[in-house]
Amino acid sequence: MLLASNGCSKNSETNTSGAGDGDSLLIGEIAPMTGSEATFGVSTHRGIELAFEQINGSGGIKGKKLKLQTMDNQGKTDEAALAATKLITQSKVIAILAEPTSGRTLAIAPLAQRYKIPLISSSATNPRVTEVGDYIFRVCFIDPFQGPVISRFIYATKHLKNIAILTDMKSDYSVSLSEIFESHFKNQGGKIVAKQSYAAGDVDFKAQLTALRNDKPDGIFIPGYYTEVGLIARQAKELGITVPLFGGDGWDSPKLAEIAGASINGSFFANHYSADDPSPVTQQFIKDYKSRYGDIPDGMAAMGFDSAQVLAQALKRAENFSGDAIRASLASTKDHSGVTGTFSMDANRNPSKSAVMLEVQNGKFNFIAKISPKDL
Amino acid sequence: MVEFIQHIINGLSLGSIYALIALGYTMVFGVLQLINFAHGDIYMMGAFVGLFSSRWLGLAAHPSLGSLLIAIVCAMTVCALTGYLIERLAYRPLRKSPRINLLITAVGVSLFLEFSGQLWLGADPKFFPEIFKFDGGLLKWGDIVLNPLTLTVLIISLSLMALLHILVTRTRLGRAMRAVSFSHDHAALMGIPTDRIISATFMLGSALAGAAGVMVGLIYPKIEPLMGVLPGLKAFVAAVLGGIGNLTGAVLGAMILGMSEEFLVGYGSSAYRDALAFAILILTLLIKPTGLLGHGKVEKV
Amino acid sequence: MIRWILAFVLALIFANFTQSLTGYEYVNSILIYAGINALLATSLNLVSGFTGQFSMGHAGFMSVGGYSAAWLALNLSSHFPALTTDPVGSQAIFLICILFGGLQAALAGYIVGLPSLRLKGDYLAIVTLGFGEIIRVIILNTQAVGGPRGLAGIPSWTTLPWVYGILVASLFYMWRLLQGSRGRAFMAVREDEIAAASVGVFTTSAKVRAFITGAFFAGVSGSLFAHSLSYLNPQTFDFNRSFEAIIMVVLGGMGSLSGSVLAAFLLTGLRELLRLLKDQGITELDYRMVVYSIALLVLMLTRPKGLFGRLEIKDLIPKLFGGKAT
Repeated sequence: MLLASNGCSKNSETNTSGAGDGDSLLIGEIAPMTGSEATFGVSTHRGIELAFEQINGSGGIKGKKLKLQTMDNQGKTDEAALAATKLITQSKVIAILAEPTSGRTLAIAPLAQRYKIPLISSSATNPRVTEVGDYIFRVCFIDPFQGPVISRFIYATKHLKNIAILTDMKSDYSVSLSEIFESHFKNQGGKIVAKQSYAAGDVDFKAQLTALRNDKPDGIFIPGYYTEVGLIARQAKELGITVPLFGGDGWDSPKLAEIAGASINGSFFANHYSADDPSPVTQQFIKDYKSRYGDIPDGMAAMGFDSAQVLAQALKRAENFSGDAIRASLASTKDHSGVTGTFSMDANRNPSKSAVMLEVQNGKFNFIAKISPKDL
Repeated sequence: MVEFIQHIINGLSLGSIYALIALGYTMVFGVLQLINFAHGDIYMMGAFVGLFSSRWLGLAAHPSLGSLLIAIVCAMTVCALTGYLIERLAYRPLRKSPRINLLITAVGVSLFLEFSGQLWLGADPKFFPEIFKFDGGLLKWGDIVLNPLTLTVLIISLSLMALLHILVTRTRLGRAMRAVSFSHDHAALMGIPTDRIISATFMLGSALAGAAGVMVGLIYPKIEPLMGVLPGLKAFVAAVLGGIGNLTGAVLGAMILGMSEEFLVGYGSSAYRDALAFAILILTLLIKPTGLLGHGKVEKV
Repeated sequence: MIRWILAFVLALIFANFTQSLTGYEYVNSILIYAGINALLATSLNLVSGFTGQFSMGHAGFMSVGGYSAAWLALNLSSHFPALTTDPVGSQAIFLICILFGGLQAALAGYIVGLPSLRLKGDYLAIVTLGFGEIIRVIILNTQAVGGPRGLAGIPSWTTLPWVYGILVASLFYMWRLLQGSRGRAFMAVREDEIAAASVGVFTTSAKVRAFITGAFFAGVSGSLFAHSLSYLNPQTFDFNRSFEAIIMVVLGGMGSLSGSVLAAFLLTGLRELLRLLKDQGITELDYRMVVYSIALLVLMLTRPKGLFGRLEIKDLIPKLFGGKAT
């Protein structure tokens, strides 16, 4: 009987506050500000910060200012989960903007869902993220779209039939994107001549590259994050591998070219946005970002900005600031004119967006093609 | 066939780095019977000193052998000093304490170096500038490629091994070191300044680790405060495999470890790459605890 | 037998008492975490402090326990959903999962303990470190428990009464164990293994028993941890976690159960204090590990026997009141 009464003594787990304090709305942010994906965190954070500044500058949401509480998860999954628990139970945020990577978003999402706090991920592309529940949203395309984009680009545009895949088996994003790519590429008639794997944090990839080289691929698909990709590109060149390399949005970082040097020239990757996009919304954003931070924004910054804007618009439309109302408002996002395109939330809380293929040359990412879901 | 030979070359390159670190480990263990956990972190310091000296002295603007040597000398100096300080402040006061205390302290020093490094330098990786380039690029025989830098590291490891061997067997300092490793008290009775010899050994071992750090920074440009953890442990395993206290053994063990790692990843999967070192350690300690080249020690009751 | 009944009764009394404290959620979570740490620390003390086998991979046992319990809980939840949502049923299942976790960890303890029999001191330490790493890598590559993305959605059954009930019961068990002949065997091995063997102590079984028991309780603490955080990731149980356990044991005194408990509370509190400072913006970064390592160094250099040395709190109470220490 004693033990049974234990079950009843748990604290309530629904979000009952939702009011924010006084004249500000507290939004939580969890990002990898340090660690090997530090540029993701810093860029996303800047995008969000810029958006909040602009919104607060023009009056805020229903007279209240947006306040951001940022927690650094140091690139570690359990820190991300702890940060989420703290933000939700202690700081009592009304919504969370997290995370640029799929793996850590997957760790945070169940917590947000359980406590009924809406969560928007800026660039987690693994399909499972929004499957966690109806409080989880994202503003980026998902891997079931990104994989085929890259696969078609390699097969139909570049006419390369034999590809090797090098997967980061420690990253959900990499593992799922590899699987999706492989099946689509084979369906088109292509061949996967070799598959190798590494772990994020490794510095030596010569063993895997030597094995890959032996199978004579026309190209290598490396759906990993920029730090390792940079090192891999270098070592590939050292081993005399001259075929082009391909990747996904995990490559998007100003540090990629710094790490890889010339070895990454002539390689391609899929991304959410290109700085060459002529759309006025995009160009205005680039101008504002540049005058605020001094650099041209990368994809992560753009996504961060869009995620913050989507949240802000939803807050404007919401009946009140309770979790359920914000959730309903987010779900009804339609034709949001974002930096990375115009999009609406579908029934699974994923937006339908286009991807761009970029080529890396001398530290710059050049726009090659834009592919929308209708093209596939 | 080509793949196989390339794997061998890659394995030897990996091994030569472990060898440089293992040499320092084994020397310190020889004189102090202590596993200096902080050794891997001194290696990390060497890499960072190389990075900062390159930046402050503008070495990246003049890539040349001279720049590399300057970086190495800076690293070796700073690391030798750090090694001296660690020995003096953390290990010497505990020399008469139970071994377990010394071990815990070593772990404490190691963690202190790692995490204060993280605090001070930031946990995100930094990138080592290219302060040295071989003209003529890579060495090639058909498809088989060898980065001259890794060849350099290999040559340096082997030469150091030979030099240290001469030092230990033919010089007075070496004889003193051997005496101290045999027994502190006996050596002291013979008039050998035990403390000074131990400090000297520490400084020498640390300097080696520092040099290794710079070379590795050049080959694998990504450096970060925790980079010394795994290489340090693996170098320890290499030293044990070869026979701890034995210089040739350290190099031999390192080569074997490097090759095994390479072949495991190249022909198998990279998932258990790091666990391999521990598996080798456990097997060695179970089957032949004194290592391949070591000799047994009788425990007197 | 009496021992067990007494332990159970104590556990219930304590649980009832702590239930009334279930007020502020934040303090609640800190106390839960402190209790789990206390259990982990005392389990390590059993192996390292009382038996002299310096183990640096203890987090591995915690993770085996946590993952096993979580895996069982998730599987049972999906096969018997009615039972797991029922208030009484869920508690029963929780107990089963905890025991399962503990037993799996004990098995791991056995496997780790065996090779360690022939090794001493530094080598033993490194081998246990190695095992801790191997366990971590194995879990990282086991897709059935989520691999690198971790295991989410574990039912959050851990409450303050559970943690403290189990903690008190475990402490009681350990205390009685140490007072008996088996405990004496542990300490004999610690003092001088060869001498112990020569007077007829079965050193082999003593060492293995120490590992198994220590691993069991570490596994139990891991199970409680898993059902508190609701999310497990192999990275949580890396060497830093083992090191945290080590520093708690050293700080409290290697050979003092109450010392480990006190140290666990102190360090958990310190961790939260540092986190508070960071969040308030007073300090920018995570000083926790640096503070721990400096504390360890200072401790080793000035007072290696820690707070209590080998005494328990009951030994010190007479001293506090000015009486004679026995």
